[in-house]
Amino acid sequence: MFFGRWTSTRASGGGLRPPEMKLFALANTSIGKKWIVAITGLAFVGFVIAHLLGNLQIFWPNHGGPEHLNAYAEHLHDWAPLLWIARVLLIVFFVGHVYFTILLYRENRAARPQKYARPAKISASVPVMTMIVSGLILLTFVPFHLAHFTWKILRPEYRDFVDEAKRPDVYRMVVVGFSSWPISIFYIVSMGLLCMHISHGFSSVFQTFGIRNKLIAPVLDKGSYVLGWGLFLGNSLIPLSVLLGWVTWPAK
Amino acid sequence: MNFHLKIWRQRDANSPGQLEDHEAKDIPASASFLEMLDIVNEGVTMRGEEPIAHDSDCREGICGTCSLTINGVPHGNNKAGIATCQLHMRTFQDGETIYVEPFRAKAFPIVRDLIVDRSAFDRIIQAGGYVSVRTGSAPDANALPIPKQSADLAMDAAACIGCGACVAACPNSSAMLFTSAKMGQLSLLPQGQAERGRRTLAMVRQMDAEGFGNCSNVYNCSAVCPKEISASFIARMNRDYMLASVQDGLSANEVRSGE
Repeated sequence: MFFGRWTSTRASGGGLRPPEMKLFALANTSIGKKWIVAITGLAFVGFVIAHLLGNLQIFWPNHGGPEHLNAYAEHLHDWAPLLWIARVLLIVFFVGHVYFTILLYRENRAARPQKYARPAKISASVPVMTMIVSGLILLTFVPFHLAHFTWKILRPEYRDFVDEAKRPDVYRMVVVGFSSWPISIFYIVSMGLLCMHISHGFSSVFQTFGIRNKLIAPVLDKGSYVLGWGLFLGNSLIPLSVLLGWVTWPAK
Repeated sequence: MNFHLKIWRQRDANSPGQLEDHEAKDIPASASFLEMLDIVNEGVTMRGEEPIAHDSDCREGICGTCSLTINGVPHGNNKAGIATCQLHMRTFQDGETIYVEPFRAKAFPIVRDLIVDRSAFDRIIQAGGYVSVRTGSAPDANALPIPKQSADLAMDAAACIGCGACVAACPNSSAMLFTSAKMGQLSLLPQGQAERGRRTLAMVRQMDAEGFGNCSNVYNCSAVCPKEISASFIARMNRDYMLASVQDGLSANEVRSGE
């Protein structure tokens, strides 16, 4: 029976081949979807790390913050084709990550129509069980962040901030932006959720790719935890420093 | 010992179910959970009521027949690596309220009360959980060298008794620990190599078709597994599946272009 089905594929011109035999149909399978979520998620972890490292230049010693941050921001916009390739990739990864996560989530709900009357916590921790919640809240943070600092829709006056070298004054925009307590707190809470999401997501990537065994599992889990906390502390340091007056405009 | 039980009663897969209160009185501390249910069922039968239906067979933790989600945990105790039949009442507090529910998953329809139909697992095995060997005289045991490490790891996977606790514990009712263990025990050995790719693809396809959820790397499965099977086998399956898909996709194109 089994062999019959497999050996008959050639004679019938591949008509009997099951769907996942075609590489592009992988996205219909459980593991294929997990791979897509893992790859897109990993790309975003890389983006978040690079984004943080770039922004940490605001703390450049000897009042170098404005110069380095503004020069870096301008440098990112130097070559439009590269910028747009990066933007399109980010959008594709973002849509892919969200779309396939929602597909998986719906299948997972459907797989247990009747819930336990008395559920128990077994080994799952808070970050693990709230992946979909933290993800959905981030879905509102990302457009907010873009409207705030990238498109400047929420604060059109940021478009007029120009430094002495006639560059957009990103440094001043960040300081003015984070001078507001509610906005800073929203950013810090969102970073907490993002980093919680990454602390499970990053080690999950290795499981999905199959790069995990009993020996390296604790290293991956702890490493992912440290990465999550590191990203949270690094990202929160920027609004916090503005609020506490450690970073000011003009730089002093 | 005395216990207050809240037990799931359901006529069949299509009827609604609900928790029913039962008192378990004068239970010996050395009774297993199933023996406690036997005692309760004696009383239920004496009163002329329908006894509580639950699965059991070997009662020594090797057959995988008994199930039960006890206080939200499949097999009741996620630390010890035991099945419900090996769970003793002395591990509970006297007078404790104990919730007893079936293994819950869409792919495990309820037959009656606490009994679920786990034949979805059989169909995953039928899809590829075997090796094809030449029948006839047995080959010499040492004719096929197998590294000790592979043999040990394959044995770890082979310890799976197919009880379904992994599915019941998973927030997504995913069967990936079961499927990966049944796949891993064969794919680690030389005898399993010839059919490795097609086995991986076919078993995952069947697993998906049965309506199990997807793994979200929570690892509840290995925490409740009575045979303590590691979630590393899921990682191995994820890896094998992608490799098999790529190999199969490429070789299929090769065959077509050659025609």
